[in-house]
Amino acid sequence: MRVVLAEDLFLLRDGLTRLLQAHGLEVAAAVDNGPDLLAAVATSRPDVAIVDVRLPPTFTDEGLRAALAARRELPGLPVLVLSQYVEQLYARELLADGTGGIGYLLKDRVLNGAEFIDAVRRVAAGGTAMDPEVVARLLTRNSGDGALAALSPREREVLGLMAEGRSNAAIAQQLVITERAVAKHTASIFLRLGLQQSDDDNRRVLAVLAHLGR
Amino acid sequence: MSGGAMTPGTRVRRRPSRSWSWIGAGIVAIARGLVFFALMLAGAGPLLTLLLVLVLVVGALRSFSAHRLQGPSLTRIGMLPLLVIASSVLATRWLTGLTRRLAGRWCGTPVAAPYRPIPAAGADELDLSQRLERRLRWLATDPATWRDLLWLAVDACGGWILAAAPAGVIAYGLACVAVPATRFTIAPGSPLGSILVQGPAAIPLGIALVAAGLWSAPRLLRAYGWLVALMLAPARRATLTSQVRHLAQTRSESIDTGAAQMRRIERDLHDGAQARLVAMGMTLDAAGQLIDDNPAAARALLSEARESSARALAELRDLVRGIHPPVLADRGLTDAIRALALDSPVRAQLTAELPGRAPAPVESAAYFAVSELLANVSKHADAGQVWIDIRHGAGMLRISVSDDGRGGADTGRGSGLAGLERRLAAFDGVLALSSPPGGPTVVNMEIPCALSSPKTSSCSETA
Repeated sequence: MRVVLAEDLFLLRDGLTRLLQAHGLEVAAAVDNGPDLLAAVATSRPDVAIVDVRLPPTFTDEGLRAALAARRELPGLPVLVLSQYVEQLYARELLADGTGGIGYLLKDRVLNGAEFIDAVRRVAAGGTAMDPEVVARLLTRNSGDGALAALSPREREVLGLMAEGRSNAAIAQQLVITERAVAKHTASIFLRLGLQQSDDDNRRVLAVLAHLGR
Repeated sequence: MSGGAMTPGTRVRRRPSRSWSWIGAGIVAIARGLVFFALMLAGAGPLLTLLLVLVLVVGALRSFSAHRLQGPSLTRIGMLPLLVIASSVLATRWLTGLTRRLAGRWCGTPVAAPYRPIPAAGADELDLSQRLERRLRWLATDPATWRDLLWLAVDACGGWILAAAPAGVIAYGLACVAVPATRFTIAPGSPLGSILVQGPAAIPLGIALVAAGLWSAPRLLRAYGWLVALMLAPARRATLTSQVRHLAQTRSESIDTGAAQMRRIERDLHDGAQARLVAMGMTLDAAGQLIDDNPAAARALLSEARESSARALAELRDLVRGIHPPVLADRGLTDAIRALALDSPVRAQLTAELPGRAPAPVESAAYFAVSELLANVSKHADAGQVWIDIRHGAGMLRISVSDDGRGGADTGRGSGLAGLERRLAAFDGVLALSSPPGGPTVVNMEIPCALSSPKTSSCSETA
């Protein structure tokens, strides 16, 4: 699997490169600004681009805009955006085209190498990796929603993990329950929220996020 | 009130089709002029009283010194004249205040009140005479007091003519017409006979005078308004003084706020991230010592250290958000407030029309103000929906936050609104709250500022 990395801080770029290589991923290019990212993506056609939100020259949301531009040039290009902070606003913008292959994570998540690599692989495969903090805020925002309030605590847990973009198998492993139990929970959640049940993991995630973000 | 439509003269010009409306405007202006005339007469009261007291007091002091008594002091002169002076001056203020308001409403010349605020009571102030002395000093040292008295004198000596002359001219004109028309015979030797024009010219002259009076009344009333503005508006010096006072107050408040914020940041760093980093270092050290003998325990310590670092990061993130939210730096006010709206547990609808970016300190103040208002709404208002509107016009950034909650918010009752008001004041901004019990609550904020860059950002969406 080939990765293009855009991160302006040398230490983090270096650390991320080593982390990715240690897990058997190939870093095709590691750049430190937005324009270089676009060039690198165009030439090396990676399986996934990992981009820091804050990049030179503006040190604002340059990375986010570069990532969105890259996806416009190469439709469906999986992009994982990293940031020191998360905003629902940015999550929405990333998810806006509704095609998946989107990750939006706090930089902290890099600290847990195995989970981070899992998220990278998930995004590269066209899935979603939404930061737990974004999901938590989405759930808080919807706390007044009657249908959501009617869910059992376990179902809320499953809903949260589902919104992060995890598969049934991963949810089962995390909650130490069987996959059948997870499937039962998801069916109940979809019923209560009035959503169309789908076997496709990615479509399921997008439906949940769209429901919470509406 | 910005005159225009209320001024009779302009009304005539604006609606030329109503060819008779100038008569109505003239009558209205004459009535108003007579009100000003009455105010002049009323003003003569305090003016004459003050003159009388002055003469009496000077006379009394002369007789004191003639009898080689001690020098003048408040107790020696007695309380009564002082009370009379104070109440006369206050009556003057009331009268000139009314004149200012009426001039603003009727003559199209709004006049601001120029008075200094009354100083706070001193700690050693015990009895009535000291209180009276403080008030008298406040009244006597304010130049506006003397300008008020000067105005009363000028008005009484001739200013009133502008206001009342048309009424006099019309009365004379009516009399000229009325005498021949009613075949009223003037008794020989009556003063009326020597004043009134008689004979064939009387009726046309009378009609011309009435018309001239009606025509000139609105114009003279406006001239009177200018005179009022000239005499009663705050002197340039007084305006500057009050601005300096305002600036000194808001400056010290913003310094206090800044210092308090620095202390809070210092405390947060000290108790939070800093402490966690120390703990993390110690945990790593312990893990290093255990790594050969007890790898399992070392691994547990390492994962503990990792959790510590994650928590330190989370705390730093919250701190940064409280100092300057990154999304505000990235995107500017509209998107930052949209991000706030997205995080709000109460459904928020944002409409914004900002053709550019406000200066960073204004953006920051506006952002935190909206943030606090949204927090208030979700905590206290019991609302189902909140509307945020941001726009810029005539050099003002205008933000309104309204909700359909239960209302009853109050700037006084420790709701944080008073603090908000103070922080906005540092930018000459103002906050207006309307929150009747039962709702809805509407908060309007205005901050004077210019926008940079002509980039348009406009949106309307439900979050």
